[in-house]
Amino acid sequence: MQQMPSRCERLLKGLVWGVWCLLILGIAPTPVMAGEGRGGTLRIGMTAADIPYTGGQPDQGFEGFRFIGYQLYDPLVRWDLSQGEQLPAIVPGLAESWEVSKDDKTKWIFHLRRGVKFHDGTDFNADAVLWNWDALKNKDVPQYDPTQAGLISARATVIKSWRRLDDYTVEFTTTRPSSFVPYQVVYVFYVSPTQWEKVGRDWRALANSPAGTGPFKLARLVPRERAELEPNRDYWDKKRVPMADKVVLLPMPEATTRLAALRSGQVDWIEVPPPDAIPGLRQAGFQVMLRPYPHNWTYTLALARPPWDNKLVRQAANYAIDRDGICKSLLNGTCIPAIGEVYPGHPWFGNPKQRYEYNPAKAKELLQQAGYDGKSKRVKTSMLVSTSGSGQMLPLPMNEFVQENLREVGIDLDLVTIEWNALTQRGRQGLQHPDNAQLGGMNISYNFQEPQSAFVRFFHSTSVPPVGANRMPYLNPEMDRLIEAAESEFDLDKQNQILAKAHEIIVDDAPWVFIVHDLNPRAMSPKVKGFVQPQSWFVDLTLPWVEK
Amino acid sequence: MWGYIVRRLLLGIPTLLGVTIIVFSLMHLAPGDPISAMLPPDAPQEVVQMLREQMGFDRPLPVQYWLWLTRVARGDLGRSIATRRPVIEDIRSALGNTFILALAAACLGFTLGSTLGSFAAFSRGRWPDKVFSAAAITGVSLPHYWVAILLIIIFSVELNWLPAMGMQSTGSESSGWGEIARHMILPTIALSLIPMGVITRMARASVLEILSQEFVMTLRAKGLWSRTITRHIVKNAAPPVLTLMGLQFGYLLGGSVLVETVFSWPGSGYLLNLAIFQRDFPVLQGTILVLASFFVILNLMVDIVQSLVDPRIRRT
Repeated sequence: MQQMPSRCERLLKGLVWGVWCLLILGIAPTPVMAGEGRGGTLRIGMTAADIPYTGGQPDQGFEGFRFIGYQLYDPLVRWDLSQGEQLPAIVPGLAESWEVSKDDKTKWIFHLRRGVKFHDGTDFNADAVLWNWDALKNKDVPQYDPTQAGLISARATVIKSWRRLDDYTVEFTTTRPSSFVPYQVVYVFYVSPTQWEKVGRDWRALANSPAGTGPFKLARLVPRERAELEPNRDYWDKKRVPMADKVVLLPMPEATTRLAALRSGQVDWIEVPPPDAIPGLRQAGFQVMLRPYPHNWTYTLALARPPWDNKLVRQAANYAIDRDGICKSLLNGTCIPAIGEVYPGHPWFGNPKQRYEYNPAKAKELLQQAGYDGKSKRVKTSMLVSTSGSGQMLPLPMNEFVQENLREVGIDLDLVTIEWNALTQRGRQGLQHPDNAQLGGMNISYNFQEPQSAFVRFFHSTSVPPVGANRMPYLNPEMDRLIEAAESEFDLDKQNQILAKAHEIIVDDAPWVFIVHDLNPRAMSPKVKGFVQPQSWFVDLTLPWVEK
Repeated sequence: MWGYIVRRLLLGIPTLLGVTIIVFSLMHLAPGDPISAMLPPDAPQEVVQMLREQMGFDRPLPVQYWLWLTRVARGDLGRSIATRRPVIEDIRSALGNTFILALAAACLGFTLGSTLGSFAAFSRGRWPDKVFSAAAITGVSLPHYWVAILLIIIFSVELNWLPAMGMQSTGSESSGWGEIARHMILPTIALSLIPMGVITRMARASVLEILSQEFVMTLRAKGLWSRTITRHIVKNAAPPVLTLMGLQFGYLLGGSVLVETVFSWPGSGYLLNLAIFQRDFPVLQGTILVLASFFVILNLMVDIVQSLVDPRIRRT
């Protein structure tokens, strides 16, 4: 005789049926896999006035790298931008692995990833790598493009030649043994040679239909108005197939326009909201992202002439600045005080002797020691500043704030205001150039993303203009020795220790007046989910999506 | 009549040449250069110099100008340094966008201006005169970029009725004329304020001047209907207002750099602003040449219309 099911069994059976029904109806929650697309159209208001160049190496500074370069293309190695707690590490990109030759430290071998395809369906391989490097560095090939060559000239400095070892292995030769090579190839993107041929060997035409290997494809480009990116569903890294269905990039150079566009719901994300709008944005429920990243806002000083040839005066100026005042009262918490080139906690910060807190008394004392009494004999100098510019934050009020701080301790600073483009041109000439002979320094913000940007270009004696950006110039054999030691050290921890020593010297010698580090402010609609603000100038656009 | 038109067109050529020489000189005298704008701030000076040589910016200025002029004579405005697109393509799309906006602003500003100005003159000294004159002064005096920001705050941010920027939807949905019209409303209002004010003042002054003339009294004495008298007054007051409308439309076509920048309206003003900051000489030269040509042609058209309205002008 068949036994009647117990009440418990009936309940269990019902539960199983219920779950089945839910699954069939699609109501059951399913784990979201990367790239399945949580969806939505992510509309971003950029600070750029135009869409960065889409046909290869992007223009418009690091904003071009952020929104076009790292989205449409891949470098051989890439920044891991998936977390914000630590500085982004270099991880495999189009190269699965790389090593420096044991016998000859000027030879770097990159093992390329197999199975990667450009957006036009052609294979990425060693020939494509060589073709792209030729386009940037070899004037004798038809694909050579002087504009793109200029764009990466300051970023890929040590790579001298390249050759193919096999279909998926490439060897680079450097001008000197350099452990900084990965930090240089991270800025070089790879374009499909076939696509370039297809568009009539025209780099401009390629901008309308580019073919990279990146997580996004260019769906539509309206010059000066918008670029629409769509996910590359065949992307080689399945974990990084974009979550959003579409990303729309909109140039909005005016801060008030960006703010209005965000608040009126025309965009979901804006770069650099005006600092005074941040409390209102927070109150209205918008997300405001702030995090330190490798940026500094400084005064680069003319070290070869008075008054800045005197270390005591330089240190005095550093003790005279009320950095907290700038960040809290002027910039609404969108910056942190800078007491060195890099911020405390950074692997290169080290343990400098000088800790530049706001101490006007100490500044006056140092000036007394330098022979300036602050009354009859005051320091008189000038600073070239801009009205606006990339990374310049709010240059005029910030400079006026610093001017007032310096005046209080006995330094009379004359602000010479010019337009940003003119300032960068004067900056390239260096402070020793006759055009800049009357200046005490210039206010240009910098990045210190990697050792080349942070140390070599500013503080090595071989980087004096016209070949580099050691504008002051800072000439210190000990600094040269440390930078060279770091460059020839292939162990990352040891390299960091050497660079920390170099940074300690920079802080104590004070060739710059360190003022603030920007916190990279960006504001987003509450509907934007999944975004990670890294400690970087770049972002991973594969992570965010827009809640519908 | 045709001889007059040809003569005026020929006179326009030295005007255009003068404009291009002035703009070319000013751009090259100003500090900064296109290569600096294009490259990152840390690009070495030697790379800048190399690109300058490759693009021909190291040549003497008269040579650069002559090369540009000969290209223009062949109908080639060159390529943008910043974007490498043909300048003519950039100008074509920007002018098209500005033309739409200018036309809307002109319709609004000219209609309101001539109507309010005439009403003010006909009711001289009474409250409509005072109100409309005050409106005209306000329209001319208010900085239109400030009005633009105010309109955005009220209608876009607070009320969320109208878009704050661009000329198309920012999302993926398709954008038709309706969408463009919606995006045009705020910039049109901001842009029409100055022509409205200027035309109001001119229409009022012009009508008042005609009203004080003896033939008006004669018409009234003859017992003509007031509608007929008004028609005579308006016809006589029209020439200076028409001239001003032509000039104002020229200014509108030039694009308001500030209004277009505030609203991110991709017109000629926005293009000019961008070209100045990027030191994009070919775009700047090309845009100004085209806009100057518009002014020359517009002035000519205004003169022709005036001579049709008032045959005395043609005779002089």
